[in-house]
Amino acid sequence: MLDLFSFGEAGWGDELAAGLLVTVQLSVTALPVGLGLAFLAASASLSQIRALRWTGKSYTTVMRGLPEILTLFVVYNGVGLLLNALAGWWDPTAGPIEFSPFLAGVIALGLVFGAFAGEVLRGAFQALDNGQTEAALAIGMSPWQVFKRVKVPQVWRFALPGLGNLWINLLKDTALVSIIALDDLMRMTKVAAGFTKLPFNFYLAACLIYWALSVASEVVLAQLEKHANRGIRRA
Amino acid sequence: MDFSGIFATYWPKLAEGVFVTLQLTLLGASIAALLALPLAIVRLKAGPLLLVPLRIYVSFVRGTPMLAQLFLIYYGSGQFRPFLQDIDLWAFFREPYNCALLTFVLNSTAYQIEILRGGLLGVPQGEIEAADAIAMSRLTKYRRVILPHAYRIAWPALGNEVILLMKASALASVVTVFDLMGETRLIFSKTFDLSVYLWAALIYLCITAVFVFLWRLLENAISPQLSGARRERTPLTRGAA
Repeated sequence: MLDLFSFGEAGWGDELAAGLLVTVQLSVTALPVGLGLAFLAASASLSQIRALRWTGKSYTTVMRGLPEILTLFVVYNGVGLLLNALAGWWDPTAGPIEFSPFLAGVIALGLVFGAFAGEVLRGAFQALDNGQTEAALAIGMSPWQVFKRVKVPQVWRFALPGLGNLWINLLKDTALVSIIALDDLMRMTKVAAGFTKLPFNFYLAACLIYWALSVASEVVLAQLEKHANRGIRRA
Repeated sequence: MDFSGIFATYWPKLAEGVFVTLQLTLLGASIAALLALPLAIVRLKAGPLLLVPLRIYVSFVRGTPMLAQLFLIYYGSGQFRPFLQDIDLWAFFREPYNCALLTFVLNSTAYQIEILRGGLLGVPQGEIEAADAIAMSRLTKYRRVILPHAYRIAWPALGNEVILLMKASALASVVTVFDLMGETRLIFSKTFDLSVYLWAALIYLCITAVFVFLWRLLENAISPQLSGARRERTPLTRGAA
């Protein structure tokens, strides 16, 4: 039984490990993309300019209402078609361009994460006490210093629980890229299950690996929250 | 891209897909709702013998991708085919629709247990004591005091859960169920016209919008004394385990 999951020629351990690496790479790459988009979306939603506000709200509302798998397909097929149309227009003799599924995964997962996290960040910025900003400006801090020393540490504290949940959702959503033929954990599991004719064993193993990732993330997030909340007196 | 032409040609197929999506979502959420209530009460009242397996179940469902759960049930059941044939369950697991529905029920039950647990914990202790003081039986107490209040507290979160399930039901298309996503993928593979995805996106957004509207109406109906008052809403994110 266990030799199924051993490393080397006989077992599938190294294939699954390679898949796990792709899964983790994808999550870790999509996270900063998503956080960047979230920050832009939150700033746009809180902006004084109506057009920006409207853009930010539309992005978060629409993206949160769509199935993740639909977003992934639109990005994968849409950007692929667009790239090929552009290439054909630039140089009609050029062959078809392959749009990397990894990049499609990063963009799609980043877009989804950005929309949900944008709302979390907006809530966190709105939860800031205005008096603190005024006090910081009053003692002569520059707006950038206020942002860095007063706002960011607190936004981080308010937003961390929400962002933590979203990170775990992101980890789980990476399984979707197996549908567009990226060799992540889910797809390697599918290959192994098909080859050995033992789908239950392998899908259960994949579930246990994802579960371990989620539980480990929760432990780390709990530590981060504890650190972010240091010095806060509980009522 | 032929935005209107695609819809004119394929709207009957998309409508069939919408029907399957709605059916999967509503059936899955309703069955899960029936299972979640007793389990949520068990979650709060039972000893460790029941509590530990229940917590493991909830943590497992919330910690693994729904796609992996779906594959575990749909492809994994194939490994036990002789056994399932012996107990006459193979006909059930052979159908991708049934496997998708089972996955959604198992998934949504876990989330609804946690939501209802929060609702039950939110019922003020004084109300329960008052019910005890006038000697209500346990059943009457649940029916007339605890459950109405718990469901009012849990209502917005339950609505979010149904919307998330509706979005997640698009995964059924991966195991060849022709829901809205499945029909959309089929049409795209025939036409290579991206606008069909935009139509699907529009339809999903419309379903969500209509659902949110109906859910608010129901919310006002079940808590008439509070209607008009602005209440706090939970954000549209699934909590982690």
